Amino acid sequence: MRLVVAMIQPYKLPDVKKALFDANIHKMTVTNVLGCGQQKGFSETYRGVVHEVNLHKKVRLEIAVNDDFVQPTVDAIVKGAKTGKIGDGKIFVLDLVDCIRIRTGERGHEAIG
Amino acid sequence: MKKLWQHWPRVLTLAVLGMMALPFSALAAEPTAKEALFVANNTWMLVATFLVFIMHLGFATLESGLTRSKNTVNILFKNVAIVAIGLLTYAAVGFNLMYPGDGHWIAGKWLGFSGFGISAPDGDAGLIGYADGQYTYWTDFIFQGMFAATAATIVSGAVAERVKLNSFLLFSTVFVGLVYPFVGSWKWGAGWLDDLGFYDFAGSTLVHSVGGWGALAGVIVLGPRIGKYVKGVSNAIPGHSMPLATIGVFLLWLGWFGFNGGSVLSADPGPVSLVFVTTTLAAAAGIIGAMVTSDVIQKKPDLSMVLNGSLAGLVGITAGADTVSVLSSVIIGGIAGVLVVVSVIFIDSKLQLDDPVGALSVHLVCGIWGTLAVGIFSTNPDHTFIRQLIGVIAYGAVCFPAAFAIFSVIKSTMGLRVSEKEEYQGLDIGEHGMEAYAGFQIFTNE
Repeated sequence: MRLVVAMIQPYKLPDVKKALFDANIHKMTVTNVLGCGQQKGFSETYRGVVHEVNLHKKVRLEIAVNDDFVQPTVDAIVKGAKTGKIGDGKIFVLDLVDCIRIRTGERGHEAIG
Repeated sequence: MKKLWQHWPRVLTLAVLGMMALPFSALAAEPTAKEALFVANNTWMLVATFLVFIMHLGFATLESGLTRSKNTVNILFKNVAIVAIGLLTYAAVGFNLMYPGDGHWIAGKWLGFSGFGISAPDGDAGLIGYADGQYTYWTDFIFQGMFAATAATIVSGAVAERVKLNSFLLFSTVFVGLVYPFVGSWKWGAGWLDDLGFYDFAGSTLVHSVGGWGALAGVIVLGPRIGKYVKGVSNAIPGHSMPLATIGVFLLWLGWFGFNGGSVLSADPGPVSLVFVTTTLAAAAGIIGAMVTSDVIQKKPDLSMVLNGSLAGLVGITAGADTVSVLSSVIIGGIAGVLVVVSVIFIDSKLQLDDPVGALSVHLVCGIWGTLAVGIFSTNPDHTFIRQLIGVIAYGAVCFPAAFAIFSVIKSTMGLRVSEKEEYQGLDIGEHGMEAYAGFQIFTNE
């Protein structure tokens, strides 16, 4: 079992969701985050004072998958999120020790679904 | 027994009262009834002026609420700038273009100009003698100036979230500085449409549809927001604050008491109180009309549609608030409420014109409806449907091409639209280098 964590551009979320649905992956958690990688910051000014902002708004997806779904999930995310420009984002694949469905108490592969 | 000097409180009181009588000695010994009425009339007109003024706050909050938070600074900025541009151009050029007065017509009775700048006639001619004791020259200017600024700001909502700031400000300067007063002179400036018998009490056509035609041209030339229409399907781009939108609508309604109430052009109790009633009942009927229509079509009542509905009712009654019966005002408002919901859906999904705030539906569609409704419902037999229709067509035939031309010229010279990157990042960062909600995390996700 793996947990796929991806940081993507917020405006790419609809495309990524569609790509995931097409690959039959429907379960995910989405949060708003601030982050930076290689993308340079931008300047804001306020009443005569300039300040640099280098934490960009990003969207974070977390998807728990069984091993054979890892590659399709990664492929779908890349397909949806890629624009070729710096700032497209990153995907992390983590080991998932256990997964429990709260409603029924199922564990492991059945719980992931 | 009190000493003489101990009577000082009485003496002081008498002295103060005596001094208060001094200003009135400047008038005739006693003010005449005419002078007293003049003060009442002018005071009401000035109250109406600042009521119309507060509509700008209404527009600012309504447009902010119905668009995304990443563009809020830009929306607010446009609304603030337009007040300035509208009033200053009106002082420089607009007032005398809209009200040339006899002897200053240049071409027929559809183009006239009585000179740059504003200056009051001397003495009574600018005061009690200016408008038969209804208002002074200065009141006339500032009241009408507020109307001009209102017409300009209608366009800002329709082109929101993708128009370049400077391009929009340039468009507004030309449109409200020249086009609005030019076409306004045809009716309120005693031009050819006035001679024809066309009637527009407070501006369903002269203000709302003029702004609406400008908005239509802008929406077409500019194109939709990125992501609005994907593969022929219309996507929802929800506004970020329903509370702000609601505040905006109530402020606009408050302003309408001055917009319509002041268009009586005096404090005459009969017409003004009647107009208050027709205006308010039309707004209420607009809400109900929109509520029912929205519930039927969308299965659940949509707050943004109901908000638009109240404005639709208000725009609809604006042409004839003083000349239709109270029952008619309810009917006009109710139909406007239905029209606005249907036209929002039609314009958004069928015509595929992206209008973030529904300005086309509220101001153009209901402005035209309100104007034609005068021909149907007016208690005055001189108001005919044909005359109203001629006016509607005349304004459309000039305002739309003019706005289209201005936008097109701007598009091919300085550019009309922000870059794709800026549109994604938000115009607040791109155009202004600042955020509306610094410290908050409000994102745009679907």
